[in-house]
Amino acid sequence: MNTTSANNPPLPPTPAFNMLRTLGLVATLSGLLVVLSYQVTLPMIERNKQQAIEKALYKVVPGAVQRKDFVAIEERIELLDTQPEGTLLYAGYDQTGQLKGIALETAAAGYQDVIRLLYGYDPYCQCIRGIQVLKMAETPGIGDKIIKDARFQQNFEALEARMHPSGKGLQQAIVPVKQGNKTEAWQIDAISGATISSNAVARMLNETSQHMVPIIMKNLPIMEQF
Amino acid sequence: MASLPNQQETITLDTFLRGLWQENPVFVMLLGMCPVLAVTNSAINALAMGLASTFVLVASNSLVSLMRHFIPKQVRIATYIIIIATFVTMVDYAIQAISLELYNALGAFIQLIVVNCMILGRAEAYASKQRLGATIINGLGIGAGFTFALLCLGIVREILGAGSLFGFDLFGDQFQPWVVMILPPGGFFVLGAWLLLFNWLRTRREAKLLETEGAPHDG
Repeated sequence: MNTTSANNPPLPPTPAFNMLRTLGLVATLSGLLVVLSYQVTLPMIERNKQQAIEKALYKVVPGAVQRKDFVAIEERIELLDTQPEGTLLYAGYDQTGQLKGIALETAAAGYQDVIRLLYGYDPYCQCIRGIQVLKMAETPGIGDKIIKDARFQQNFEALEARMHPSGKGLQQAIVPVKQGNKTEAWQIDAISGATISSNAVARMLNETSQHMVPIIMKNLPIMEQF
Repeated sequence: MASLPNQQETITLDTFLRGLWQENPVFVMLLGMCPVLAVTNSAINALAMGLASTFVLVASNSLVSLMRHFIPKQVRIATYIIIIATFVTMVDYAIQAISLELYNALGAFIQLIVVNCMILGRAEAYASKQRLGATIINGLGIGAGFTFALLCLGIVREILGAGSLFGFDLFGDQFQPWVVMILPPGGFFVLGAWLLLFNWLRTRREAKLLETEGAPHDG
């Protein structure tokens, strides 16, 4: 394999300028190509991201066919301007412009990596109406049951997330329980064998809802106008 | 690996076919094992990774071949890496633009094409010495061989581990998937089985060749 032999004459020394010229040229070319492909693909990537969120939104907010984006800045919620600086909220409306629910993004560490999901909150029943995983790397056949297991998905038909009468946090925290032990509307029936992934879902829904539900309920009139 | 080290290769059918069989990067040279094992849990992921790697291989090696007289030996590795990283970044953006779902499924392995030794190895051993035409044909052959190998693993793992092929359900609800096949150990099992098959085929062919040639030579 090694074909260099002792008979080869020694190479003349390479001038430093030649090395700099090659590296400089290649780096410039590289910069041009990378920036060009970034510029060309950026609108397509943005569109894909929007489509992914829209698709998930219509699944987690039953009955929604159109959307409006809001942003929560501290205790206020306002229509999304060009520069989002707070938590994003996607409000879903039916054809007549009636608010059907609000989708929120949440995330927590799962078994392999962070699980990111979008969930739909119905402010009229004060409950969670559905979850859609945006990104995860859970073990196929085990942790990914949080998407595929129909019984686990039933947890989110009307998972209670009621605001505490004091206006701070939830009346009842969302908690996971062992498979088959769900007795209350705020409990999540975990998947046996995928406890870490199920608990991660419960934890992120609880944490985000504890913080966001009071803000949503206080600012509901803003989001009700389409 | 005998790839005509210092003389210009004339383009023949063999320039392309070598990458598919005699110099198959996965089954013969065992290069680029990281994506081979990691992203072949489904046929579509395997195909996407194979095509992405082929594009990077052909594009970067073409540029290396074009610039071969201008790249001083001392800075060649740095130059190759910059060239390869450029095309990997372009592929990365392109896949995000085509499908976010695919991009998420392939995870960090798109970026890791930069350090795929199949590509750097080709640049060093072939493209830096050969003309553009031969480099493109050889790169396409090696890329096709890599994609073929990835598909061999991806198809078997998806059928056994998920009961489907390219996302289409094959066996219905009765099928109990063999989940270990889409987990990392399954990658090793299937790779081992394919290597066994390819080596057995090769040994058999060599034995037949010797038989037809007459008495075996020493060595």
